[in-house]
Amino acid sequence: MNRFESTVVTTSTAFSSGRDYMLGQLSRLRALEQRTRDASAASAARFERRGQLLPRDRLSLLLDPGAPFLEFSTLAGFGLDVPDLDKSVPGGGVITGIGYVAGTRCMVAVNDSGIDAGALQPRGLDKQLRAQELALENKLPYVQLVESAGANLLSYRVEEFVHGGNLFRNLARLSAAGLPVVTVVHGSSTAGGAYQTGLSDYIIMVRGRSRAFLAGPPLLLAATGEVASEEELGGAQMHTTVSGLGHYLAEDDREAIGMARSLVDSLGWSRHDPVHDVAFAAPRHDPAELLGIMSNDQRRPVDMREVILRLVDDSVFLEFGAGYGSATVCVNAKLEGHPLGIITNNGPIDADGAAKATRFIEACCQARVPILYLQNTTGFLVGRAQEEAGIIKQGSRMIQAVTNATVPQITVHCGASYGAGNYGMCGRGFHPRFCFSWPNARIAVMGAEQAAKTMGNVMRAQAAKGRSVDSAQIEAMEQRIIANFARQVDVFATSAHLLDDGVIDPRDTRGVLAFVLAVCREAERRTPARNSRDVARTAL
Amino acid sequence: MSSLPARLLIANRGEIACRIIRTARRLGIETIAVYSDADRHALHARLADRALRIGPPSARESYLNIEALLQAARISGAEAVHPGYGFLSENAEFAEACTAEGLQFVGPPAAAIRAMGSKSASKRILEEAGVPLTPGYHGDAQDLTRLHAEAERIGYPLLIKASAGGGGKGIRRVDRATDFAAALAACQREANASFADPSVLLERYIIQARHIEIQVFADIHGNAIHLGERDCSIQRRHQKVLEEAPAPGMTSLRRDAMGQAAVNAARRVGYVGAGTVEFIVEPDGTFYFMEMNTRLQVEHPVTEMITGIDLVEWQLRIAAGEPLPVSQDEVRLTGHAIELRLYAEDPSRGFLPSPGRVRLWHPPQAAGLRIDAGIESGDEITGFYDAMIAKLIVHGDDREQALARLRRALREVFLVGPRNNLEFLARLIDTRSVTESRLDTHLIEREHDYLMADAPPLEATLWLAAVASLLLHEATSHPTLLPSPWASRDGFRIAGRYRRRLTLEAGTERRDINIEYAASEWCVTLDRAYVVQAQQLDTHRIALCVDGISQPAFVHLELPVVHVRTSGRQVAVGIIDPHQPGDAHDGPDESLRAPMPGRVVFVNVRAGDRVKRGAALLAIEAMKMEHVVCAPADGVVEAIHVTEGAQVAEAIALVDFVAD
Repeated sequence: MNRFESTVVTTSTAFSSGRDYMLGQLSRLRALEQRTRDASAASAARFERRGQLLPRDRLSLLLDPGAPFLEFSTLAGFGLDVPDLDKSVPGGGVITGIGYVAGTRCMVAVNDSGIDAGALQPRGLDKQLRAQELALENKLPYVQLVESAGANLLSYRVEEFVHGGNLFRNLARLSAAGLPVVTVVHGSSTAGGAYQTGLSDYIIMVRGRSRAFLAGPPLLLAATGEVASEEELGGAQMHTTVSGLGHYLAEDDREAIGMARSLVDSLGWSRHDPVHDVAFAAPRHDPAELLGIMSNDQRRPVDMREVILRLVDDSVFLEFGAGYGSATVCVNAKLEGHPLGIITNNGPIDADGAAKATRFIEACCQARVPILYLQNTTGFLVGRAQEEAGIIKQGSRMIQAVTNATVPQITVHCGASYGAGNYGMCGRGFHPRFCFSWPNARIAVMGAEQAAKTMGNVMRAQAAKGRSVDSAQIEAMEQRIIANFARQVDVFATSAHLLDDGVIDPRDTRGVLAFVLAVCREAERRTPARNSRDVARTAL
Repeated sequence: MSSLPARLLIANRGEIACRIIRTARRLGIETIAVYSDADRHALHARLADRALRIGPPSARESYLNIEALLQAARISGAEAVHPGYGFLSENAEFAEACTAEGLQFVGPPAAAIRAMGSKSASKRILEEAGVPLTPGYHGDAQDLTRLHAEAERIGYPLLIKASAGGGGKGIRRVDRATDFAAALAACQREANASFADPSVLLERYIIQARHIEIQVFADIHGNAIHLGERDCSIQRRHQKVLEEAPAPGMTSLRRDAMGQAAVNAARRVGYVGAGTVEFIVEPDGTFYFMEMNTRLQVEHPVTEMITGIDLVEWQLRIAAGEPLPVSQDEVRLTGHAIELRLYAEDPSRGFLPSPGRVRLWHPPQAAGLRIDAGIESGDEITGFYDAMIAKLIVHGDDREQALARLRRALREVFLVGPRNNLEFLARLIDTRSVTESRLDTHLIEREHDYLMADAPPLEATLWLAAVASLLLHEATSHPTLLPSPWASRDGFRIAGRYRRRLTLEAGTERRDINIEYAASEWCVTLDRAYVVQAQQLDTHRIALCVDGISQPAFVHLELPVVHVRTSGRQVAVGIIDPHQPGDAHDGPDESLRAPMPGRVVFVNVRAGDRVKRGAALLAIEAMKMEHVVCAPADGVVEAIHVTEGAQVAEAIALVDFVAD
């Protein structure tokens, strides 16, 4: 179908240097993920003493044996807990992802209570909110394994407290949307956290370990002078026999997780899911070559069709408007049998390219074909010719089309994502259904040197108007700008702020896309019964 | 010359019925099986062209019921009856009844059966024929004085046997003259009870005796030959376990002598068909006649393997009146054959029969190997009949090769079902007594320590094979339908590796293992980390690769149990439910709480009391009903929070209780 032939030379120095760079970034990523796991596992002795399972083991036991798990945002909060990047423990204190529980695809959120007793870590709130949003958008049951010391009063922030309300609002929305919320209370779930339990449709408690109360003994003593033990205030036994908050009483973590699995099984959630039984062929080009195709020097152009060849079924695609606005590439292809429109960049987006992309997005919506954005753009093309060609008009139309598209849109940051290119190519601000980054991705409003020069030029222009500006001052400012940009541009910084759903190995891209396309497809066909009263629970 | 019957009724069951069906079918004879209610679905009934019910499970009412068998022959229009071995095979009345019905009886004339039926009578006959007999006494005079005198003549140790006995019943060994009277009385009682005939015979007890038997064949035309010997020395509780041919150390001179004696014996009683003359042999080769079995023997296949003759075919032809197809000179013995009997029995409990369903039977296939089985996967070994599962018969150029082939075959038998003697057999052929051909009837007792030694701890490969088969199973059986990428069970993660823990159990051994999934392998931590790969070869076989070393393993899943056979060992590995609550932790202990609001009527215990499960601790009265709070387990009452007469709210803690 495609006339495009690969010209990648895997023995070239450009290829091997790109590959080395990518592998270097990947090993940095894996080391950080391992650091988080190690930090959590360091609590093993304490957990074992209490007869508890570590959060990772809870997760492992919750998911179907051997079934895939799509974990999100492992870099959340990286560098935001402590400024020393060599000491920072990323992850936000919570593990989130989509996985199978008793044959049912679920959104799973697990407090990583091995770290700081499960206290909320920087961006941990955002990560949980994102998981809830994904569950809502993709119509997934929500299973949470809760054990959290709540917010750390030592680092109290009023805005987090207020925004934190979203966490509870979302639980109420999930329940109302007919998406069951299943909660295992493995440990502390107190104060605001108590509502995390209270707002669940199904609550499993662990004897001797679950704690759910609005105020614990110290606060109670401070507030009213009443003396009560934790167990009396909010133990599993009390809640399952007296208050009725808890629905199931388990003897320990293992049994509790077994109950959660039985519960999800009994929902029969997947019984109406469509069967996707389309035959497909693997790409003819080795996806492992994706490692070397992207250049670590973003000034060197990459033909993104080389990337497409290594992602799509049988390496076959049909290019839309190949001869028009050709720097913006639009193709139709299939990925594990799912039809897919792909938009990517072989250079800056110009007016023709924007017009073409707009038309392509509309066509995809008409045919209900999901759209994949493979971002590698230095932005919209500038200059007199482009302004005259209506770049603002065409760019705006493209942004409108992206914003209002009626099909699932998935974004992968494959390399550069600069300026309005980030917007036009469905960056995080445009709420793609899923958004992933490769380890070489860079996001910025513009290039650091470009920004520095821009500011320098502005100051020099002022100098020309007679203001006295020291050239050393200009240079220092330029350096400051460059440093500020550099600190925020790479994927370890952007992913820390949840500007994507996680960094993935380019070799996993096809698999990840297949996963999320299947999720989107099922969500589209799934019609959960909305809760009639929009309230999950009235009495019990 | 008469011809082969068109339709043959097989008055037997199990492997021998199946074996007869095979030959009959090859000869173009229609086969009729009979079955009891217990054998309604048995293999022999399935294999035959037709199968007729002959009665309830008990052998007396079915396979030993002459009238039922004759009726079956009439209904089916059978022209001949093959009795197999056991049951009615040596019953002269049955032979006569068949003949009277106009049926060919595939066996000797009733007179020959009778002649050999009594041990004493047969010995007298053979003594006259010049067949050497164990020094002994088998006279009619059964008074104590006479028997005592005869015993003195024979010398000790000696055996007292029931004249009408068989199958090891009613045999006593006497080592000293002072023990004789008591042993005799016991033997007579037993003989009377078992055979309704208290008469006994005396025989010298041969130390380091071997049991060697000669296969003979005679036709109605007066020809009689022998087909060499079988060494059946290896026995337990007087039942054969291993039989081989030729007998180790046998010379052609002695074979001729024993063969001639056996043929003489057969001629003497006008024998026709297949028969076996059993001898007891002293270490120096001196042999004495023991008894003659007037039927096909269980172990006949070893003779078939070294002669290339189908003994059942000969039986059928001779019964049909054909002459023996070869003369004695034409009989050629080639190589060495060994048979092992696989039983559903528990060697660790005195070889107690252990009936049950054979859930999986996967016999090996190999050059020189023959397996005669009466069952297939799913069949039942019932408690009503003999517990034999199958016979493994192997042929080699020489004894060493036959043993090597047998050793290999045993490693590849995959049997899931009742307890069995497979492991015992594997050890047996590895005993020095067997490998060095030091055979005698006490071999198993002598090698007891080696045969019955505790199994060593399981090798890692067995645990790993169980894990690998479980993981392969998971990978191919999932709740969603292919080819959704979400249906894969390879533990795909986009960040880090999937890790899981399992607890496995096998016998008294228990292992906590850790599994980490990598792209095409698993890293399994047991006593150390192993890199494991596996591939399904067929339904019950996987290729297990551990640290780069690949070997096949048999696996059969009955989750949560995985049966594994590899590295020469078979084991049932149980996978502990990971959601089963673990051991008690240091959380607050159990409190017993008020089931409803009410008044405490009585308190039976005090703090510190030790109570049994179910003991009444206290009672609460509410709504005119008395609710007794009982101890949930054996344990200790730690504290009591209420007193008699107290009013309590629902769910209030009454008693702190610590279970043992």
